[in-house]
Amino acid sequence: MNVFDSKIEFRGFIVAVVVLLFAIPMMNAFFFEGSFFHISSFQLSLWGKYVTYAVLAMSLNVLWGYTGMLCLCQSLFFALGAYAFGMYLVLHIGIDDVYNTPLPVFMDFQGYTELPWYWAPFEYAPFAVLASLAVPGLVAFIFGALVFRSRIKGVYFSIITQALTYALMLFFFKNNLELFGQSYILFGGNNGLNDFKEIFGANINSEATQRWLFIASVILMLSVYLLIAWVLKTKFGKVQQAIRDSENRIRFSGYSTTTYKMLIFTACAMIAGAAGALYVPQVGGINANEMTPAKSLDVVVWVAFGGRGTKFGPILGAVVVSLLKSYFLRAYPDSWLIILGLLFIFTVLFMPNGLIGLPKQLKPLIDRMRGKKAILPEEASTSSVS
Amino acid sequence: MVHIPQEKHTSLILSVDGVTKSFDGFKAVNDLSFYLSEGELRTVIGPNGAGKSTFMDLITARTKPDEGKIVFHKENGEDVDLTKVREHKVSQLGIGRKFQNPTVYRSHTVYDNLKLSLSGKRGLLHSLFYKESTDDRDKIYHVLDTVRLSDHVNDLAGSLSHGQKQWLEIGMLLAQDPKIMLVDEPAAGMSDEETERTGELLISLEGKHSLIVIEHDMEFVRQIARRVTVLHQGQVLKEGDFDFVKSDPQVIEVYLGRQTRKH
Ligand SMILES: Nc1ncnc2c1ncn2[C@@H]1O[C@H](COP(=O)(O)OP(=O)(O)O)[C@@H](O)[C@H]1O
Ligand SMILES: [Mg+2]
Repeated sequence: MNVFDSKIEFRGFIVAVVVLLFAIPMMNAFFFEGSFFHISSFQLSLWGKYVTYAVLAMSLNVLWGYTGMLCLCQSLFFALGAYAFGMYLVLHIGIDDVYNTPLPVFMDFQGYTELPWYWAPFEYAPFAVLASLAVPGLVAFIFGALVFRSRIKGVYFSIITQALTYALMLFFFKNNLELFGQSYILFGGNNGLNDFKEIFGANINSEATQRWLFIASVILMLSVYLLIAWVLKTKFGKVQQAIRDSENRIRFSGYSTTTYKMLIFTACAMIAGAAGALYVPQVGGINANEMTPAKSLDVVVWVAFGGRGTKFGPILGAVVVSLLKSYFLRAYPDSWLIILGLLFIFTVLFMPNGLIGLPKQLKPLIDRMRGKKAILPEEASTSSVS
Repeated sequence: MVHIPQEKHTSLILSVDGVTKSFDGFKAVNDLSFYLSEGELRTVIGPNGAGKSTFMDLITARTKPDEGKIVFHKENGEDVDLTKVREHKVSQLGIGRKFQNPTVYRSHTVYDNLKLSLSGKRGLLHSLFYKESTDDRDKIYHVLDTVRLSDHVNDLAGSLSHGQKQWLEIGMLLAQDPKIMLVDEPAAGMSDEETERTGELLISLEGKHSLIVIEHDMEFVRQIARRVTVLHQGQVLKEGDFDFVKSDPQVIEVYLGRQTRKH
């Protein structure tokens, strides 16, 4: 079955594969520095980060755009994936030069001499990779079971997801958890996890590693795109959108919307988690700031700005807003949040279909302007035909 | 008031026994008993707020009764207590409903609206790997023909007129092919001609399905009426054929009188 809607989409996808998967990494690898065609590793990992943001936006779009669930904790799932893989990375830093400890330094500070049992499995890369999917998935599954079974939806769903990310953020900011008189070390407290040295035995900061991480991020993004495109073509995708349009109708047509929503929510959390796992080695760290409710709201802005309920909109939104952010943070450091807020208000009021919908939205306007300029009133009727 | 179902000796498909449902102390449905025979077309009338829609909500498990029993009698003789079943299961048992306000999937095409309603499996894996068979296609086109939406197959449901949406939802019900059809105010927002066609359609379903049709429009009720149940303040006020009900002084007082005054 063809998953693409049009020839243009198919060609666009092929171009994306060629450019992102081959051209850009090759320009990084084979052109020497200073050459016009060279892309620096710094640039590459920056773009790699944007790609993981794009995946995060896509996962929210499936929930919000296609299923009608405005989830305000998507960055939490992203961060959980990042933490799970970050735990692997932080366990492979080696002996610390200053404190002379094989453990992560924050454990050393707390007087730990060996790895707590719940940290131990994260030494193994396959476990950490799986956990970066499974942990967000499990959190979403359990939370979803509670929320969807009690028929919480709409605004209440949004608020309760925001509460979830807030609660877990507070938890991740803590250094230790006191439970039944026992103390358990958590995940690095305020500082989170950072200062990584190695990934799968390779130097994490080497150009080759960063290049592979970029390639992996692109592969993730393209696969998620294909997955979404495929699902949208199936009856499942239609049920999903029917839930958005009228959950009651589809439920009384015999579909267990609770089950559908739980699967969709869990899958989207896992996708966000995978993006987070690729984010952490490219950015070099993760801390609980990524779980603040504001981070999840950012994702909402990306999706709305790019075009909610479209396949490409969220990617566009995530990249364009991130570029704007990096520009404004440099040029006008204090004004970014105001600009972001204005951008969102502008989008909601004037661009209901986002950037993607803009050409269609502006077409009548442009046609009219052209018509007015070029043609005298009595000729206007003929012009409207063309 | 105790209603002894006349049809008890024939085969019943639905029994509602002494059902009560209150909202914040207000009894929307009050000790209501109601029996539906297989293949019967029943019309339920009653003034606004009589509890008609709530009655449908109770049968389809959208709301749970405070008291009473609602039993679906399956073909194989098994009885299912509908108060203990979730909505989608009620639907899977073969009880379909059309909402009072036409409810369709507005961003899907008319065709897809029907496709989602086709009887069959409803599971996650099924819907991921479902392939449309020619059989399914034929069924959908047949329904399209019946509800006269063939010219709108690929239109988005959201772009249909109010009356067409009503028809589409009736079509979705047909596609689902349920044993019992609960149809809440199907003629609302339809032209006289459309209303009459809807009546003909409902009558043609009699025998193949058991139907409960809620309606306001007395002209329409006259057209389709077989046995009529009059609800008032959550209770059955009268039950009988149209002429009997129409000439009953109590019914005239609470319902018909009001209607004629309105006109
Ligand atoms: N979910 C609800 N919460 C509170 N009151 C309700 C609810 N559903 C129905 N009612 C009340 O129950 C009464 C019967 O409503 P309904 O069944 O819709 O009447 P009908 O369909 O006969 O016009 C009305 O007074 C209505 O306000
Ligand atoms: Mg009603």
